[in-house]
Amino acid sequence: MELDASTMTVLWGAVILSGLYHGVNPGMGWPLAVSAGLMEGRHSAMAKAIGALAIGHLLAMLAILLPFSMMTALVTWQTEIRAGAGALVFAMGVYLLINRRHPRFLSRVHPTKLVLWSFLAAMAHGAGLMLVPIYLGICGIDAGDGGHDAARQLMGQNIASAFIVALVHTIAMTVAGGAIAVAIYFYFGLKFLSRTWFNLDVVWALSLILVGLFGIYTAVQGH
Amino acid sequence: MTLRPDPTFHATAQLAMQAPVENYGFTVMLSPDGAQPDGIAVVDLDPKSDSYGTIVNTLVMPYKGDEFHHFGWNACSSSLSPLSGHAFLERRYLIVPGIRSSRIYVIDVKDPMDAKIHKIIEPEEVFAKTGYSRPHTIHCGPEGIYVSTLGGGGEDGTDGPPGIFIMDCETFEVIGRYEMDRGKQDKHYDFWWNLPQDYMVSSEWGLPPQYENGIVAEDLLSNKYGHSIHFWDLRKRKNIQTIDFGENYQMALEIRPAHDPKKSYGFCGVVVDTTNLQGAIFTWWRGDDGTWQSKKTITIDPRPEKPENLPPLLQGFEAVPPLVTDIDLSLDDKYLYVACWGLGEMHQYDVTDPMNPVLAGKVELGGIGRGTKHPGGGDFAFGPQMVEISRDGKRVYWTNSLYSTWDDQFYPGQEGGQMVMAHVGENGGLTLDKDFYVDFPKGYRAHQIRLEGGDCSTDSFCYPNV
Repeated sequence: MELDASTMTVLWGAVILSGLYHGVNPGMGWPLAVSAGLMEGRHSAMAKAIGALAIGHLLAMLAILLPFSMMTALVTWQTEIRAGAGALVFAMGVYLLINRRHPRFLSRVHPTKLVLWSFLAAMAHGAGLMLVPIYLGICGIDAGDGGHDAARQLMGQNIASAFIVALVHTIAMTVAGGAIAVAIYFYFGLKFLSRTWFNLDVVWALSLILVGLFGIYTAVQGH
Repeated sequence: MTLRPDPTFHATAQLAMQAPVENYGFTVMLSPDGAQPDGIAVVDLDPKSDSYGTIVNTLVMPYKGDEFHHFGWNACSSSLSPLSGHAFLERRYLIVPGIRSSRIYVIDVKDPMDAKIHKIIEPEEVFAKTGYSRPHTIHCGPEGIYVSTLGGGGEDGTDGPPGIFIMDCETFEVIGRYEMDRGKQDKHYDFWWNLPQDYMVSSEWGLPPQYENGIVAEDLLSNKYGHSIHFWDLRKRKNIQTIDFGENYQMALEIRPAHDPKKSYGFCGVVVDTTNLQGAIFTWWRGDDGTWQSKKTITIDPRPEKPENLPPLLQGFEAVPPLVTDIDLSLDDKYLYVACWGLGEMHQYDVTDPMNPVLAGKVELGGIGRGTKHPGGGDFAFGPQMVEISRDGKRVYWTNSLYSTWDDQFYPGQEGGQMVMAHVGENGGLTLDKDFYVDFPKGYRAHQIRLEGGDCSTDSFCYPNV
């Protein structure tokens, strides 16, 4: 299956959009950046916090995407893998929709351990999973002749694209979250913190369900 | 779950001060002999209302003998913690524990005029899940609702130390004990914290046999009540330092940290110094080396009095001890209010410099051997006790009962529940409002007050003032 240019554009657009979407979600950490800047009374503390949140998020994306990039080597199972990944994302969305309880273990993390917090928050919310179907779409697995060399080469390519997808997504996330944090810190003030804070729980769960369905659909259709 | 954060949640103490003022107060109604069930009185605090300054609704419990004392909200500004990412709880339920029965009521006050019981947690559940008894102070925080207890296990609450347990903030299930390493802590009273700096401070009153049937004079004179405060790593749930004020500083009660989380200091009130009957306030702070320090920054002298004007308990001393039983800090961290329940005075200290408090205002009301009347003409039983400050810092409310059996020892023969209010002057100073005088229904005494939308001893702020 060869992906045409427009499909590719859509998929990369989805990587960036999902990054922006994760970034504006307060659950992914922008209020922490505001808090860090204010508590230390220095702009640099906010910049450092944004950086730490980005690293944690990037690691969470890689932790999810890399295992899938390995699996793409199993070319003959590509339909099953993609459908399975879609089902997993779908299931996570359904789980978050039904279980609306907040992961309490996140509150056990010390407020200054932002990399760890960001990693755990992204994992708990299935932020990485949201990227999987998009990523697998980009990998555009070509069944080809299925030889060992070809598979190894393909896996190498896919690992590289996992890094690129995670990086592009995280940059988008950081730009969006950072912009909100900077705007509140410098211009709007903390009054806007509670005003810009929307409950995205349901929207988030529905996004996972939607992306999961997309994954299953493209897997089955691409077969 | 709401779509937007509750409008009564504020990122900073400053924003909370600017928010709309309180329209209702909720005050504990205590039946001291357990003849009637305890309850919650809803007091109209809207000056434009026809029923201003009166009890407009009461909710009485289905059981007797609970002994209501302190209580708190299910959710507060701590929900805006940047670590939670989910600020969508409602400030809607009052968590009201009975310190004698160990029963906990969850009361829905979304409509104060139609307050109703949402859930009852039976004492057996508290005992079984925590091993603690006699729940007391309530604070909402990172892991849910934290409840301090005054007793351990067993009939008299001395089987193991008391401590804090955690409840789920949505289902109100009792989850279990808070402490992982309690260090030297073996008694409990109050606690509060600084969420971004991740520390908690707790205090000590005494064990149940030392208070339930009245104050035990021998224990007091041999300095057996609590005299230490404990500093905790909040999230590691570990006691990191214990400061002993000295054994003569009996009953270290209310813990009041600065509301601005950028500051690393706070206050603790001590009921009585057994060497001279003074009341005392200690300022505690984190030193440059990261360890906690404390210093006595306020002392209040006893007043000499003829024995015939004193209760039997105090006749031998020929003096009225101030008995500092409650303190409260305004949201701007400027004024500390100190209830001198024995003297019958409410003091206002300017604590802009927390190491050098300055007396800025004072009101006399009730008191042992004095019984000052309210300016409106009404009697004020006992002395000023539980004090609560409006968020904007302009009004100070207080009630008069300390604890059923102790009221009877220090004020034998007196009875009644009153709630009053004083205005704070532009540059400090305190004046009783002669028209604000709430007399409680016969047979009831009044204890802690909570204000609609939060007050100065409820909300924990997660962002510094700017």
